[in-house]
Amino acid sequence: MRTHVLSQLRSLEAESIHIFREVVAEMQRPCLLFSGGKDSIVMLHLASKAFAPARIPFPIMHVDTGLNFPEVLACRDRWVDRLGVQLVVASVQDAIDRGLVRPEPNGSRNRIQTPVLLEAAEKNGFDALFGGGRRDEEKARAKERVFSFRDEFGQWDPKNQRPELWSLYNGRVHQGESIRVFPLSNWTELDIWSYLEAEEIEIPELYLAAEREVVERGGMLYAVNEFTPVRDGETAEVRSVRYRTIGDANLTAAVESTASTLPQIVEEIAAVRLTERGATRGDDKVSEAAMEDRKREGYF
Amino acid sequence: MATDLLRFATAGSVDDGKSTLIGRLLFDSKTIFADQLESVEKVSKDRGNDYTDLALLTDGLRAEREQGITIDVAYRYFATPKRKFIIADTPGHIQYTRNMVTGASTADVALILVDARKGVIEQSRRHTFLATLLGVPHIVVCVNKMDLVDYNEAVFEKIRQDFTDFAARLRIKDLTFIPLSALKGDNVVDRSGNMPWFDGSPLLSHLERLHVASDRNLVDVRFPVQYVIRPHQHEHIDYRGYAGTVASGVMKPGDRVVALPSGLETTIASIETADGPVDEAFPPMAVTVRLTDEIDISRGDMIARPNNTPAAVQDLDAQVCWMDETASLVPGKKYAIKHTTRWARAVVKQINYRVDVNTLHRDEEATELGLNEIGRIQLRITQPLFVDPYQQNPQTGSFILVDESTNRTVAAGMIGGLPHTV
Repeated sequence: MRTHVLSQLRSLEAESIHIFREVVAEMQRPCLLFSGGKDSIVMLHLASKAFAPARIPFPIMHVDTGLNFPEVLACRDRWVDRLGVQLVVASVQDAIDRGLVRPEPNGSRNRIQTPVLLEAAEKNGFDALFGGGRRDEEKARAKERVFSFRDEFGQWDPKNQRPELWSLYNGRVHQGESIRVFPLSNWTELDIWSYLEAEEIEIPELYLAAEREVVERGGMLYAVNEFTPVRDGETAEVRSVRYRTIGDANLTAAVESTASTLPQIVEEIAAVRLTERGATRGDDKVSEAAMEDRKREGYF
Repeated sequence: MATDLLRFATAGSVDDGKSTLIGRLLFDSKTIFADQLESVEKVSKDRGNDYTDLALLTDGLRAEREQGITIDVAYRYFATPKRKFIIADTPGHIQYTRNMVTGASTADVALILVDARKGVIEQSRRHTFLATLLGVPHIVVCVNKMDLVDYNEAVFEKIRQDFTDFAARLRIKDLTFIPLSALKGDNVVDRSGNMPWFDGSPLLSHLERLHVASDRNLVDVRFPVQYVIRPHQHEHIDYRGYAGTVASGVMKPGDRVVALPSGLETTIASIETADGPVDEAFPPMAVTVRLTDEIDISRGDMIARPNNTPAAVQDLDAQVCWMDETASLVPGKKYAIKHTTRWARAVVKQINYRVDVNTLHRDEEATELGLNEIGRIQLRITQPLFVDPYQQNPQTGSFILVDESTNRTVAAGMIGGLPHTV
């Protein structure tokens, strides 16, 4: 006998597809924010499923910090080719050159992505931006809506969010206002990895464990490359590592791991005892409220 | 390997130990990560606590801490080998009703926390009424802080009796009572050795085993058309598919169907997904339906069976919960209304009564509904909506009202009368 019960991964997939279709049906000009990381890849994959056999009916935007791992850019371009989707690149380097933003003293370009993103969204007239944020990531996101309202400055005001009932989303905005949409709101890190495995989705090879040259810095392992060269007094060594998240190459740390296939990663994640941001992101260690501040400003 | 999904809402205030209970579920199910625990241990120590305050695990935004307010529903996630759980954690205080209605709208289960020392109080009644109003099929009454009443069976039995007396006035499909201590961990994940007289399951095993599949409506086929897929590519030049999420019922290729509002009948040619065709579709699957005849169907239309259609109505009788602090609902006012995938406009014809959520008393003299107030109203809609009573079909029985000038979502509506007999 059939039980007519969807597995939880298929339920999450159906919910995300519903959200994509709702936005495309109701908003004027949506766009998907694509970082090349695993969450935005899952988002893009879900978007392609939502409109099959048609092409994805909106562009994707990459806020290019100029500090990308080359493997991530290559993977991005393969996705764009395969899906025939339009790619908009908003360049942080270009914005620095124009004097719109200035890099922070520690070299982080995380925070200055925000004005670049908002400028590009305004210039292109995007009234809905899909983001890969998940509510399980940390506290600032646990209360986020699926349809997150942003004022004409792109800012998030926690007190001015719309109640979200059933699956009845309200994307109505005035000119200049916009909605940030999070189709992966109810996914957890383990769901993402399980889905990547189940759907055999292509991700940058950095996510898979391999022997890489690394240095240990502040308790974290950074791969030796043009963005994070070996400093005086440090010794590089070869270890088997993989990336659990991928941000800017100068700030994203690797974790020790021998999981070189998706099934092995799923197994490892299921047993892991640190949040993905706590384990790998130098930028988020700054303060507990760092994420909340970035969110308010409109970064996600 | 395939686990299913259970969504539950927690209702209670800080004093009931709700945050501690959620912290305990996350902690004992090993969902808490070492860095989160470390931060909570540090804060607990800084504050001079004797024990690690698990309530801190669900501590909110800095904006909330600074302003001493709770903004709204927080969603939390944990999984066991049997199920994945989504918790809609709704805070107490003033905006309680709005938040609980939001959290309960998607919940399979509502956890109602009762402090064993205080027994059934006004707040317990309010939470239970709201859960039944939103049609939550399962209610679990967590009688918390049993450690503070010496794990006394008589205390638990008294609460169970009081609650059952009150609940008899409401339509509750499944009501369960569990004595526990969130702080000490009794009957949350592990069976308590302190209450050998209790022969039920600990909370987590109860949630893992709860049968929710039969709560869904698999009888009445309702497919609100969300989006029409017409690829502008040469290889799919003649393709036309109706994309949407199955609201209820089971659809199969070959089924005779009727499209509303046109009333034209046709047959399902195929049901497709990006992974290929499927031989049936049921809620909450997101699929694309193709029909044998070229008939004009667009977003907002509804596909049903010819002998089982929703009512096409322009006059709605509904319960609404008012959610806007800037204005009240008053007769004569017009709003945008969203029902399934259809937007229309609505005018409030009449307020029949306002319900006191604590006493369930109906005030028929009410002339407006303010923030967090619930009442029965009559609406006139600019065009027909295809509806079912909310208690039979939440997907086609629910709607939201949106203020046309501010675009704020101002009300949640449930079609049909109250689910209780008072």
